[in-house]
Amino acid sequence: MRVQKPTKSDAGGDPEPSPEVPEGTRAVLDGNEINRALTRIAHEVLERTKGGQDVTLLGIPSRGVPLARRLAQRIERVEDLAVPVGSLDITMYRDDLRSAPVRALGRTEIPNGGLDDRVIVLVDDVLFSGRTVRAALDALGDLGRPRAVQLAVLVDRGHRELPIRADYVGKNLPTSLRENVTVRLDETDGHDAVLLGPSRPTAATARDGGLRPGPSRSRPGTTEGNA
Amino acid sequence: MMRHLLSTGDLTRDEATLVLDTAAELAQVGDRSVKKLPTLRGRTVVNLFYEDSTRTRTSFELAAKRLSADVINFSAKGSSVSKGESLKDTALTLQAMGADAVVIRHSASGAAHRLANWVDGSVLNAGDGTHEHPTQALLDAYTMRDRLGRLDGLRVAIVGDILHSRVARSNVLLLTTLGAHVTLVAPPTLLPVSVHTWTCEVSYDLDDVLPKSDVVMMLRVQAERMRDSFFPSVREYSRNYGLDGERLARMPENAIVMHPGPMVRGMEIAAEVADSPRCTVTEQVANGVSLRMAVLYLLLGGS
Repeated sequence: MRVQKPTKSDAGGDPEPSPEVPEGTRAVLDGNEINRALTRIAHEVLERTKGGQDVTLLGIPSRGVPLARRLAQRIERVEDLAVPVGSLDITMYRDDLRSAPVRALGRTEIPNGGLDDRVIVLVDDVLFSGRTVRAALDALGDLGRPRAVQLAVLVDRGHRELPIRADYVGKNLPTSLRENVTVRLDETDGHDAVLLGPSRPTAATARDGGLRPGPSRSRPGTTEGNA
Repeated sequence: MMRHLLSTGDLTRDEATLVLDTAAELAQVGDRSVKKLPTLRGRTVVNLFYEDSTRTRTSFELAAKRLSADVINFSAKGSSVSKGESLKDTALTLQAMGADAVVIRHSASGAAHRLANWVDGSVLNAGDGTHEHPTQALLDAYTMRDRLGRLDGLRVAIVGDILHSRVARSNVLLLTTLGAHVTLVAPPTLLPVSVHTWTCEVSYDLDDVLPKSDVVMMLRVQAERMRDSFFPSVREYSRNYGLDGERLARMPENAIVMHPGPMVRGMEIAAEVADSPRCTVTEQVANGVSLRMAVLYLLLGGS
């Protein structure tokens, strides 16, 4: 988990290979736009936390984790400050466990030094109902007592079901409930893109489905509707 | 995933690996300030123990409690069983009380399978007679993978009272599924008649097998299940099949010694071996809690 693969853009912004856009979907953000959004969020985090001294970034699996690492790289580049990065799996805290087949767990990695008195920035790809964030807040409560908790997301697609909002947003994306937002990242999917398409008919039930560890980890579109 | 855990033979390689991976994630819970997850809140787990057990029962109890399930301990002594109630009636009583999972240990082989036909909830076999003990085999596999980094191609020797051992049977089935090579080592009298149908090698000579083993698992001689004499004397058994310091020295350098407990020091394992850092007995106990959490989560966590 420690090995960081430099993203294409980090290597110097060479042109992206044309991202594959499946039939019926369109790319709302390409790789360069994702990078610009992350750079802006990195600056905003430093500004809001007055230099980022006490900041710990926690990515929510699966796509929040590489996003958190990229944010940390940018913060280091801007301020020459190594920010602790970890991951926080929220599966065991979900409120919909009983409505789907059992889910495989993601990794939780709390950086050395713990979470007490830190300013935690949760990082996720898509903010939707807010239920993932609610679960993450519950999980944090069992892991320590942070001084403050903030939320950074790449895309806010609206339709909140809980009183939750993000502190840092890459892009506000008004969507219909019949649509489906998919974030693809170089680290997990081979290329960077945010795709908007019609929701797949079976997706609601088959979404995280299954136990078979292989396919369920690498499936695309995992974020749909679960943020 | 399946609804019950009755035999390790029912697990595919993917399913078994998923259990081990889940256990590895849940192992972190033991290091946190709040050692509890809310996942099974409002679910009821019944520990139905017809045989004495300390380790397995407390391990299952702790695992269920760490997942916030309600736990009811039911032991045959001091219950309606001592008044003559049958397993079926006891099961139906528990069913009527709304048990979501029943963890059963019974002296009769096949008891867990019978129970699975009578109740709606999940049944977890915590040892049925001389048949199977799936969670023990899973925690053994977890411990091997944790210590040695892999299971595929690992050479495992299981030594001792194979005839009466449910741990041996579950381990042979599981380890074979996961790609390890198992050799059973015992005097001929302590091997089951049907052992040639098992997916493993058999040897009568411990000294021949030890230098070729990455893992040696010592089993206790289960005197309480023996109605005949199976070997001339304890001393002779210990000479031929006990693991002492000298034999340990002849094993590969990073090979480990395992024991499902309870150990009888001086019989199958010498005290100096039991206390050596290469012996994983206490690790196995600690891993047992995470492993049983994983099994409970995978059986009860979904819809």
